[in-house]
Amino acid sequence: MSYRENAIIKSTSCLATGIYEIWFQTSDIAKAAKPGQFISVYSSNGAHLLPRPISICEIQGDLLRIVYRVVGEGTKEFSQMKAGDMLSIQGPLGNGYDVEASYANKKAILFGGGIGIPPMLELAKRLHCEKNIVLGYKDELFLNDEFKSYGTVTIATEDGSAGVKGNVLDAIFEYSIQAEVIYACGPLPMLRAIKAYALEHHIDCYLSLEEKMACGIGACLACVCDSIQIDEHSKVKNKRVCKEGPVFHAMEVEI
Amino acid sequence: MEHLINMNVDIAGIHFKNPVTVASGTFGSGMEYADYIDLNRLGAVTTKGVATVAWAGNKTPRIAETYGGMINAIGLQNPGIDTFLTRDIPFLKQYDTKIIVNVCGRSKEDYVEAVQKLSDASVDMLEINISCPNVKEGGIAFGQNAAVAEDITAAVKKVSKHPIVMKLSPNVTDITEMAKAVEAGGADAISLINTITGMKIDINKRTFAVANRTGGLSGPAIKPVAVRMVYQVANAVKVPIIGMGGIVNAADALEFIMAGATMVAVGTANFHDPLTTIKVIDGIEQFMKEKNVKDIHEIIGCVNG
Repeated sequence: MSYRENAIIKSTSCLATGIYEIWFQTSDIAKAAKPGQFISVYSSNGAHLLPRPISICEIQGDLLRIVYRVVGEGTKEFSQMKAGDMLSIQGPLGNGYDVEASYANKKAILFGGGIGIPPMLELAKRLHCEKNIVLGYKDELFLNDEFKSYGTVTIATEDGSAGVKGNVLDAIFEYSIQAEVIYACGPLPMLRAIKAYALEHHIDCYLSLEEKMACGIGACLACVCDSIQIDEHSKVKNKRVCKEGPVFHAMEVEI
Repeated sequence: MEHLINMNVDIAGIHFKNPVTVASGTFGSGMEYADYIDLNRLGAVTTKGVATVAWAGNKTPRIAETYGGMINAIGLQNPGIDTFLTRDIPFLKQYDTKIIVNVCGRSKEDYVEAVQKLSDASVDMLEINISCPNVKEGGIAFGQNAAVAEDITAAVKKVSKHPIVMKLSPNVTDITEMAKAVEAGGADAISLINTITGMKIDINKRTFAVANRTGGLSGPAIKPVAVRMVYQVANAVKVPIIGMGGIVNAADALEFIMAGATMVAVGTANFHDPLTTIKVIDGIEQFMKEKNVKDIHEIIGCVNG
């Protein structure tokens, strides 16, 4: 079940250049949410009709936290909101990660790249296995300190300003980090490389995908990804990122 | 007092409890919206286009937001009519609403076959999509040539057990020519407008914002064009009209009704707010109460009065 609400903003802040957070007070959405799910956030400007799908970073009772990058007019509007303001949001949407599954007890690597890092925070909180958390940044860090109480954190930066110089896979090679299950969210080239690594080493792997969305609830068929098998709903080789995803087993999807 | 207000409309002998449906492709078969609204409230559900076999649709990105609207190039992805008949129709039959099935095809034979397969289905009307701008074969190609549009209308009419609504493209020089052609072919009703062909460039990537390069523009940005075309068609043909194009509230819907539409469809606005259809229905009723309009027929096409 998902809900449409006018949610009250409890607090906002800027975490890094262009990276902002909002804590929402919700009636039902936070209580129904799981890690890896997302919400649709609506602009109050009628010229911007489509919701902005934003992953859930943290869930605390009735409170829901999103951390997002300002990329256009819609996210710019959200970044100017203040505590006490309201935003129309809908969710929780998508499937999310299954933290009750049998594989969820296995030794894990959580990969987050760029704006794919935020959803890994709630997942890190909920998983009770041995965790290596590998975070990849271009340069400026954010959220990294908040992961420390949930596992061993390793940082990679493209410019080498912190941690390993390079990407998240360079970081696991540098420190010989191993796992039985991988969870990953980040840019497509990163997910492709992680899928190839997981296949080569026969590691169970769950990827969180992103695509341009319109409805966010599975009706418009805008946000499909290629699936390896014929999908049960679509009857063709594609799956709705907003509905069957955004979390897919690496072997379900062609990326 | 409510019984004094009549919002019922009839099209081709089919009775609708109110004049509000949804635009094909924006609402699936209603399943995803049932979380948010009571489908029983709708005059009809118009389904996403369905073809004889499953279609995979276009590459992504399939959509892009534009000022006051959006461009889509989904490419008529659909699961095929067999799945549709066994899954989507039984779902919709649980509700007290009429069912308008949108049919797409790549050839005249495709449309005829799909319509035949729907013959025994418990649905109310078929809407023939000869106006999709995002598929290479069929779609808009049939909706931009009056002789072809008339020929397809006659062909589906011949085999259909259900009333036929022909959905017109706005991407023509003279919309009335197309309307007259489908009326001559035997159409029971006309729906318009489908999307207006558009393009958006992603200036950061220096490429097209949707993979199909062009797409169909929808949303409030196109409403004045749609209202004008509904008005022109209403004055050119006798068959009833289902009007659509950028409706986001009751005032918008009333413009279409006053221009000559018997029914209206909410499309892109469903993406902005899944409750839009209900707000439009309630808003039309509120308007009628305030203006002492007892029967919706008093205002259908009233701008000519």
